[in-house]
Amino acid sequence: MDGINGLITGFGVALTPMNLLWCLVGTTLGTAIGVLPGLGPALTIALLLPITFKVEPQAAFILFAGIYYGAMYGGSTTSILLNTPGESASIVTSMEGNKMARNGRAGAALATAAIGSFVAGTIGTLGIAFLAPIVVDWALKFGPAEYFALMILAFTTVSAVLGSSAVRGLTALFFGIWLGLIGIDLQTGQARFTFGVQELFDGINVIVVAVGLFAVGETLYNAATYKNSESKITPLKGSLLMTKLEWKRSIGPWLRGTAFGFPIGAMPAGGAEIPTFLSYYTEKKLTKYPEEFGTTGAIEGVAGPEAANNASAAGVLVPMLTLGLPTSATAAIMLSAFQSYGINPGPLLLQTQPALVWGLIASLFIGNVMLLVLNLPLIGLWVKMLQIPAPLLYAGILVFATIGTYGISQSYIDLILLYAVGIIGYLMRRYDFPTAPVIIGMILGPLAEQNFRQAMTISAGDWTVFFTRPLSLTIIVIALSLVVVPKIYSMAKESQRRQSLAR
Amino acid sequence: MAGDGGSNQRGAADAAPATGDLLVALGVVGLAAVVLWQAWEIPVSPIYAKVGPTLVPIMAGLGLLMFGAALVVSAARGGWQTEDEKAITPDRLALGWVLGGLALNVLTIGPLGFTLASVLLFVCVTRGFGSRQPLRDAAIGGAFALVAYLGFAKTLNINIGAGLIENGIEWLIATVRGR
Repeated sequence: MDGINGLITGFGVALTPMNLLWCLVGTTLGTAIGVLPGLGPALTIALLLPITFKVEPQAAFILFAGIYYGAMYGGSTTSILLNTPGESASIVTSMEGNKMARNGRAGAALATAAIGSFVAGTIGTLGIAFLAPIVVDWALKFGPAEYFALMILAFTTVSAVLGSSAVRGLTALFFGIWLGLIGIDLQTGQARFTFGVQELFDGINVIVVAVGLFAVGETLYNAATYKNSESKITPLKGSLLMTKLEWKRSIGPWLRGTAFGFPIGAMPAGGAEIPTFLSYYTEKKLTKYPEEFGTTGAIEGVAGPEAANNASAAGVLVPMLTLGLPTSATAAIMLSAFQSYGINPGPLLLQTQPALVWGLIASLFIGNVMLLVLNLPLIGLWVKMLQIPAPLLYAGILVFATIGTYGISQSYIDLILLYAVGIIGYLMRRYDFPTAPVIIGMILGPLAEQNFRQAMTISAGDWTVFFTRPLSLTIIVIALSLVVVPKIYSMAKESQRRQSLAR
Repeated sequence: MAGDGGSNQRGAADAAPATGDLLVALGVVGLAAVVLWQAWEIPVSPIYAKVGPTLVPIMAGLGLLMFGAALVVSAARGGWQTEDEKAITPDRLALGWVLGGLALNVLTIGPLGFTLASVLLFVCVTRGFGSRQPLRDAAIGGAFALVAYLGFAKTLNINIGAGLIENGIEWLIATVRGR
């Protein structure tokens, strides 16, 4: 099915009253958790995974997609007004956005962020609709060896390339892979790493790990640093209606940001950080008002990165829906939602579940419109949410975390695991380890193992299969060079620096 | 994106090993040892000769060992955290309150039921974040937990640990409806 026919089907699904309601709930909830510091889309979707036992897949994914997009919109409000970016991708927005807010231009900053998110989200979603069928055609030729190679590529980029340190990122990844291995091996029926504990035979629930890392770990970290952090809400000043000049200054950055964000997000490597930074530096170069950057706050520096962030969020859905390859923690949790329905995302998904996929894509368009309304006229409401006192907020998060895990399984093991993972999450935060690779490793690890085994079975145990198939070889070479080349580059630079110092 | 820029300041003299970093690094090595030892223990049946159940676990263990060793080296050279990060001392008291609340929750959720256990957790966490109004926090926590309990239990039909309060409310609802 091509993009246009697909979208027609999709709107038929998404425009039913019930699904519109799910979309509204999702976008509202998403905005709320985006605004609240300490909560994110991965955590929220993980907590809501149990609804997959209750509602149809279409409704659940429309809800999840609303949360996913909504959190991006809400997050920009917080980074503009509070200057505590919740995630690395919104650091850039807060750099200029908060300066604008402090200079009485919060309204314009929020407006350009919201409209920019809308523009980027809409173009990005169109991108999904037209790119997904193309990727699928191509992916149908993939065998297990190619999938395994692609997963290696995703592993190395999310852990080694995107973070601040390859070693810490890969440590987090391998920890996640190990967590994913716990339980009965489906192929041989052998128990692995269960330490004789019956509850572990089914494996560790991803909800427990995601909630432990993102809710419990986050809360512990914030408790430990709360005294030192004095975050003040900048009052909402300035008109939400942008002036003609502000429009003119925003349009270019929106489009350029989208052009950075979507393709990079859609690559099997993913990541929102790189496009937001690229967009920021581009706008800083191109602007006619360089004196505003870093001083009073430049609107281009909010418009571009915010668009890049949203467009890359849309892009991430392409490998997720077409290849079953999640490249962000949220996408990984969504993949486990698919698994919970017994659906395997991959190239066949568009053929076997067209209503689901196209309904999801269509609901993203609708969600974007809803989000624009939710985030501009109703902005005052969200600003009020920012005033929830931190003690109550974090206590509430922990109570919710407990419901979401113990409530579902009634298992002490799960509760203790939740808190233990929370303590690990705290240590990871404190010692600067990224947490997303843990979730991605946990979800993707078992799939990589499965593809590895299939490839080896097909090749009758011949190890070279990954290197003799041209496509698989190419992907593996790209993956390795992404890790090795920056290392060599920085080593060369270092030795150059030493030489110049010695002189 | 902090970058590795300031982190590896290998100034010759002041490269004292960073204790915290070193402990974390040793923890990773320790985990790697456990993973490898447990991977060794997985019984392998000869039928699945191609790729048995131990190959990927062993690779995971070796990966952890390799990166754990790299972390140990980095920690011994002064650690990977930036000076700013090293300067932050965690608020032990606050951490203690939150961790205490979590431990208390594990102990009480069974015998006392979800709502009462949540109130205790709520009060401990708010205290950890500097609140000095335990009664007000208990009231808010109780209301919040009840709403959450009813929301989950009723809409999703999931029975989360019912105790005295939950059963009391169920009884109340039942009697009111019964009338």
